[in-house]
Amino acid sequence: MQIFLPIAEVSVNAFTLVALGGIVGLMSGLFGVGGGFLITPLLFFIGIPPAIAVATGANQVVASSFSGVLAHLRRKTVDIRMGLVLLAGGIAGSALGVGVFNLLQRVGQVELVVQLSYVVFLGLIGLTMLRESLGALIASRSAAPPKRRLHEHSWVHRLPWKMKFRASGLYISVIPPLLVGLAVGVLAAVMGVGGGFIMVPAMIYLLGMPTKVVIGTSLFQIAAVSAFTTLMHAVSSNTVDIMLAVLLIVGGVVGAQIGTHWGAKLRAEQLRVLLALLVLAVCGRLALDLVLRPDDLFSLAAG
Amino acid sequence: MRGWITAAALAALLPLAAAGQTAPQDPPVTQPGVPLQRGPAVPAPETPPPERLVSGLSRDEVAITATFTGSEILIYGAIRRDRPAPAAAPPGIIVTVEGPSQTVTVRRKDRVGGIWVNTQGVRIGAAPDFYVVATSAPLENMLDPAEDVRHRISPPLAIRALSGGLDVEDTTPFTEALLRLRTESGRYRVDEGAVHILEDTLFRADVQLPSNLVEGDYRARIFLLREGQVIDSDTVPIRVQKVGLERWLYRLAIQQPFWYGLMSLAIAMAAGLIASAAFRALRRG
Repeated sequence: MQIFLPIAEVSVNAFTLVALGGIVGLMSGLFGVGGGFLITPLLFFIGIPPAIAVATGANQVVASSFSGVLAHLRRKTVDIRMGLVLLAGGIAGSALGVGVFNLLQRVGQVELVVQLSYVVFLGLIGLTMLRESLGALIASRSAAPPKRRLHEHSWVHRLPWKMKFRASGLYISVIPPLLVGLAVGVLAAVMGVGGGFIMVPAMIYLLGMPTKVVIGTSLFQIAAVSAFTTLMHAVSSNTVDIMLAVLLIVGGVVGAQIGTHWGAKLRAEQLRVLLALLVLAVCGRLALDLVLRPDDLFSLAAG
Repeated sequence: MRGWITAAALAALLPLAAAGQTAPQDPPVTQPGVPLQRGPAVPAPETPPPERLVSGLSRDEVAITATFTGSEILIYGAIRRDRPAPAAAPPGIIVTVEGPSQTVTVRRKDRVGGIWVNTQGVRIGAAPDFYVVATSAPLENMLDPAEDVRHRISPPLAIRALSGGLDVEDTTPFTEALLRLRTESGRYRVDEGAVHILEDTLFRADVQLPSNLVEGDYRARIFLLREGQVIDSDTVPIRVQKVGLERWLYRLAIQQPFWYGLMSLAIAMAAGLIASAAFRALRRG
């Protein structure tokens, strides 16, 4: 069934969009990521204009992460105080990112910057995850898991403006969480992603937060920053296509639940290896587009 | 609607229309019967027979609904004469349908440090979003180049102005690229032989409109030609607009972006809430 998208002004198959949302939802249920980093490039591939793909991707992230945050709030695995500090950085970052995005759109470099960001971030994350998860997989086969300290003390703990984060059991400076929030806010606006793939490792390795509150707190911040980003894109460039978002969300919601169900049956290390490979595959595809000579050197843009 | 409208039906329509009750949307663009000759006119061998166009559209409004997949417009009409047609060359009919003009930026990629980057750009002030030319014979055989320029008929002439931001010396590759890209995507088209003429008098053309139409005022132009010269022409507006939910959402997004954004968020959150509640219920049950 073809459906005409009112803002994107293209006609696409509604089932394709629901299926796309479903696949991404499946990933997010399976791996515990928002899926924004998959949906935006997939929308590029089916011909949605990049600006609309990014803004609508942010809207879709709101739906998936809000659903997750509710579950974590019930289990009390959200460090609200940390979430608010991250959020303060995030809102600033998002406003900055939307400004950068509009500027890039005017000079015709949006696609390039979005693609480059994807290649760099997906490449880094994919490789780190692959190394870490393969290591864990081998370690779990050979011997007992290595002993780990609660958290390491590093330069992060010597910065001023310390604050107590009870739910995380931390007493650290607010500067690192503010910066992490800021970085994720910029990414959310420019790439149309929630930024969970950046936030989760940063919280564990940089801030030293305990794993049990990491996912919930990250989702809390992602839901709020994506909501703010969606609103900013809607107001400043009218690029949120609600019809597109609804179709993606419908698929995503169902896919996420199926994914969670499957995820329970697989082993965590195997899941992480799979996710790492998936991330690297998307990264590779985007990198090829940048490096190979395009079919047509010319492109058209309205305005 | 593949078959011909019966000649009888059109013939019945003809005297009525010719009596001055032409379609109400006909704007008084041309003096009937008087050839449009400005500038250095090609000397006509003798005064052409007073022939004029009588034309109509199957629809003058196209509604874009949520399930819009493109549309077809039938442009039909007849050539009205006061005296018998000259025996020499058969008449030619050209029909053009064009979308609203827009500003377009054409950008070119170059290899910079191993990756392909947009480097140069040219802004084209007014290029129709959609342009189709349907003719009754091969275009170059039936249309004199000077007449083409005067009436801006063939696609390269439909692109009007280069404007601002000229950071390149030669804009030709950019305008060519615009034509090529739009032709490849089916937005610019020349359908030679798509206008059928019956008995040198009745004609019809079916024009396909694509699914990704933009809103706006389109127009259809119909030209009557003899020996390369345009002897009569007619312009008919076509209104393309979003209707229903599409229209409401589009207007809201443009006029009330803040509320539109909030609505998008509310829908996303409601979806998240319902999903979470529904699957909790499922797991329990």
